[in-house]
Formats: sequence, structure tokens, C-alpha cells
Amino acid sequence: MKEFFAFVKKEFLHIFRDTRTLLVLIGLPTVLIVLFGFAISTEIRNVNVGLFSADADDSVERLMRKIDQSEYFTYVGRFNTEEDVDEAMRRGVIDAAVMFGSGFSSALYSPEGAEVFIAADATNPNNASMEIMYLSGIIAEYFKDDISAIHAAGPQDGSVTASGMLQPNLHMLYNPQLKSSYNFVPGIMGLILMLICSLMTSVSIVREKESGSMEVLLVSPIRPINIVLAKMIPYFVIACVVLVNILLLTIFVLKVPIAGSFFWMILVSVIYIILSLGIGMLVSSLVRTQIIATLICGMIFLVPVMMFSGMLYPIESMPVALQWFAQIIPAKWFIEAIRKIMIEGVPVRYVTVEILIMTAMAVAVFTAAVIKFKDKLD
Amino acid sequence: MESENVIEVVHLTKKFGDFTAVDDISFHVRRGEIFGFLGANGAGKTTAMRMLTGLSFPTSGKGTVAGFDIRTQSELIKKHIGYMSQKFALYGDLTVRDNLELFAGIYGVPRKETDARIDNLLGRLSMSHEKNSRVRDLPQGWKQKLAFSVSIIHKPEIVFLDEPTGGVDPAARRQFWELIYEAVDEGITAFVTTHYMDEAEYCDRISMMVDGRIEALDSPGALKEKFGAASIAEVFDILARGAKRTE
Repeated sequence: MKEFFAFVKKEFLHIFRDTRTLLVLIGLPTVLIVLFGFAISTEIRNVNVGLFSADADDSVERLMRKIDQSEYFTYVGRFNTEEDVDEAMRRGVIDAAVMFGSGFSSALYSPEGAEVFIAADATNPNNASMEIMYLSGIIAEYFKDDISAIHAAGPQDGSVTASGMLQPNLHMLYNPQLKSSYNFVPGIMGLILMLICSLMTSVSIVREKESGSMEVLLVSPIRPINIVLAKMIPYFVIACVVLVNILLLTIFVLKVPIAGSFFWMILVSVIYIILSLGIGMLVSSLVRTQIIATLICGMIFLVPVMMFSGMLYPIESMPVALQWFAQIIPAKWFIEAIRKIMIEGVPVRYVTVEILIMTAMAVAVFTAAVIKFKDKLD
Repeated sequence: MESENVIEVVHLTKKFGDFTAVDDISFHVRRGEIFGFLGANGAGKTTAMRMLTGLSFPTSGKGTVAGFDIRTQSELIKKHIGYMSQKFALYGDLTVRDNLELFAGIYGVPRKETDARIDNLLGRLSMSHEKNSRVRDLPQGWKQKLAFSVSIIHKPEIVFLDEPTGGVDPAARRQFWELIYEAVDEGITAFVTTHYMDEAEYCDRISMMVDGRIEALDSPGALKEKFGAASIAEVFDILARGAKRTE
């Protein structure tokens, strides 16, 4: 046992003496969280909107002021012709335009209803569809109020089209403000923890093989399995520190509340950390050089975490073959479980499947790694 | 009763598939001697040494190291031997002291004794002032002396030195050999592989391996007499002429 602790101490020393790597490990999640939280946002902001209206009409001006009040849009002004709108769009002065044909106000109360044109710069299709969705929402809301006000003042002759229009009543569950933080925080956790545990552990083990120190250690009385376990402990500790760091940033900086059980979220994370450590150990028992270990961890484990974990693209919209592939990505299950507990706040019985699958994966990976490791001893 | 021979090997063979790396070797090493294990690269020195240190399992034959069976008691052997390899000399990113404490811990040196042993060891190397320097900042010759001291920090019965003086200048090599003599004076047996033939002259007895077999084994003086050669290098040339394996 004594030799084991001597070895654990050595591993900590390696890490603390290498201040740069340590800073990257602790700093990277912080930078990612801040970047994704504030700079790289999938939400739309500061969209410039122009107006074209064939008639001089007060009500459309009021509408534009309302659009301007929203945090997403800025009203830049009225254009006199449709060509001017085109021109402004091309020059990048506006990103979207709201256009009313002649006789809009009178058509509003006619049985046929009135037409509003919304144009958006679709060079970025995601942004364009979000702009259109938000704009039509604001417009529909506005005319609903406007018409009920007119109704209150004195009802007209019956059929009122705008208020008679089908009003979709949208509820964004679990994430009412549509914050993208809710989506990427579990993803970043999955990515960073995998990075620290699998990549760092395997590189650290393989480094000993490369430098020849493994040979010296194998001749010493320390048992080979203890060498590997001793290597895992510091990375386990670092992973836990990083986990707490991410959670603190999430709660206090991004202001995303933890909806579900804190205890279960930590437990699920620890299972995932152990699973990732096992992957690191397995990789290290298969390869001989640090470069190959880095490549394998990077290509086989980190890139798929980005692609198949549902962090960037929804798994449901992938081809069936890729959906099947996504099922074997450990991070996919982790991210799903964290989303359920952290964002949806469901009781733990709804994440039993994820927990069981991750546990089974951890057992399988460790078994394979131990078998492989013994083979190497000759 | 303690055996006079600390290593005894009988008909030891190691095969990798069709290739016989070590071909039926038998020899013994006496307590307290410096035993030179010579041979060209690829002659099977490293494989033979690995079987003795428990890194590799023999295909056939048997042997004991420090009185323990190399087939069944390798865990016990590991506690009674020291090992220094050609490639590795300590962890460069750790300090001299960290390295010494690590190996003292791994080899089960009692904690109370650790500090005293480290101070004593550094004092003998005149390196006390470098206690807190990182190993990577030390000159190569110092690193090797330190690595040797680390390999005997637990006072083993036998220390295995695998090409310990590779890449060091002749002056540093001579100093290194003085350390080996000191260790032997304290009763440690040294088992040294080298391809510097001048170093072979420092050994009490040497064995010469060619193509997996031990072709000659005696004291340097007796070998020179037997082959009518002026130096060990000449003896080696005579023996190596018959080698079939290329480097």
C-alpha cells in the first residue's frame, strides 16, 4: 500500500510541475463556458429590421416601435420603395424587412384578411428562420391587441379576420427563454470530462512506456495494476474539480438553475468520469506512443462526442445508421442523463436506462483494459 | 544457509515463435562479484536479463535469483533486486528529492529511514546542494550516477545494470564504475551489460553471448590467455566472427 501512495504522490507531482497543462485543464472549461455562454450564441440578437409600407399608416409605425423594443431587433427606418429595401438588404444595412401592401389597414378588417410580407436574409438559414418566427410572433401579437382595442371601442360588423386568425399558443418547456446554455452545458461537460480522463490518462501511461520508465517500474515490486490505478487518481480528482467548476459557472455566471437532484447529477458524472478513465486505460494498453494515444482519443472519442452527442446536431434527425452509431457513444448517454436531471428536473427513475448503460460500459471497458494489460506483461 | 551463488541458471531458453532469442544458457553469478554480460546488439542479452528480472517468462529451463525461482517467485525477486536501464534515468520533471522518495517508497524503505538514506546518498555523490533541482537540469553523467544510487536505495542483493554508461564520456564512465565498486564493497552483486569492451576489464568475470548462446565465460585475464588476445575487445572479435545474426 505504501508503494501505491508513493506512486500516487509522484503522479500529482507530475501534474503540478507541469503548470501549463494544469492551467489548460482548469482554464479550458471556463473559457468554453464563457465563450458559449456569451460570445458564441445560437440566439439571434441585434437584427436590423427595415419597414416598407405603401400607405402612410400610424399603426404600422407603432408596430415597428414594438419590434424595436424587443431585445432581438433594431428598427432602422422606413424605406420608400421596395427597391430601396432590396438595396439596403444587399448592402447589409438591414437583415430583415417587414412590408405592407397598399390598403393594408382596410384589408385588416375585411373577411379576406390582410397580408404582411416578411423578408429575411437567408444566407444564414438558421438565423433567417428564427428571425421570421420571432417577427411573425410579434406581428400577430400586436394586431391581436390592436383589434381587441378596436373591438372594445365599438364592435364593427362581425367577422374580424386578424383576431379570428388561428393563434398558436407556444410553450417552450424547461427552457422558457430559449437559452442556448441549456443545450451546451451538458455537452461541454461530456466533452471536457472525456478529454481529461481518457486523453490525459492514456497519454500519461503511454509516456512511461515511451521513456522506458515503465520497464523500471515493472521490475520494481509495485504491481502493474497499481501503476495504472495510481495514474487514474489524480485525473479523477482533477475531473471532479473541473466538474464543480463547470457547475458553479453554470449556476452563477450563466444563471442556469439545476432543476433536478444535485446528488444524482454528481453521481451520474462520477460514473461517466470512471467510464472515461477506463477508456483511457484501454487505449493506453493498446498503443505504444503518445501521438497515437492522442490521435485515438481525439478521433475516436472526442470528435464523436461533438458529432453524436446531440450537442450540435439532434440525433433524431440523423440517418438511421448514424443514429445506431450514436448509441455506442458514452457521452451521448451522459449528456442525455444530465439534460434530464439538470434541465428537465425529472426524478432519477427516468434516467435509470442511461445510468445502467454507462455502468455496463464502464464494467466492459475496465474488463477489456485489465485483460489487455495482463497480456502485455508477457 | 545462504547460497554462495546469487544467480543460478540452467538450460534457460526463450523463443519468440520460430526465433530462439536465448538458446539454452547455463551460468551462475557469485555473491559480491561484478559479472559482465557482454554481447553484440541482438545477441540475446536483454532477453536473458528480462527473464532474470521477472519481465519475461522463460520458454524452458530454470533459474533462481537471490534464492527465488524465476518461474514462480518473480514478485519476491523484484523485492531483492535493483534495476537500472540504459534508456531511463529518473523522471526529469521531478526534483532529485522527489525521485529518491518515490523509489524509496516503491521499494518499501521504511519512512523513518528514508530521509537519512537520501541525505547519505546525496552526500556520497556530493550532490546535496542539488536536492531540489529538477533532474532534467542535471548533466547526463550526474543523472546516471543518481539513477544508479536510486537503483540500490533499498540495499538489494543484486543490481542489474543494463548498458548503464551509454552516452557518457570516458571520465564520467570511470566515476560511474567507482560507484559500482563501492556498492560491491557493501555486499551488493552487480550484473552489468555493456558493449564498451574496456569496461569489461573492470568486471570480475564476464560472459560473452553470440547468437543467443554463451560462447565464453571466465575472468577477463583467463579469457585473454585462452584466446591469446591482448584485450577483451580482441576476444570478442574472435567470438563474434562466427555470429550469424546481424545487428
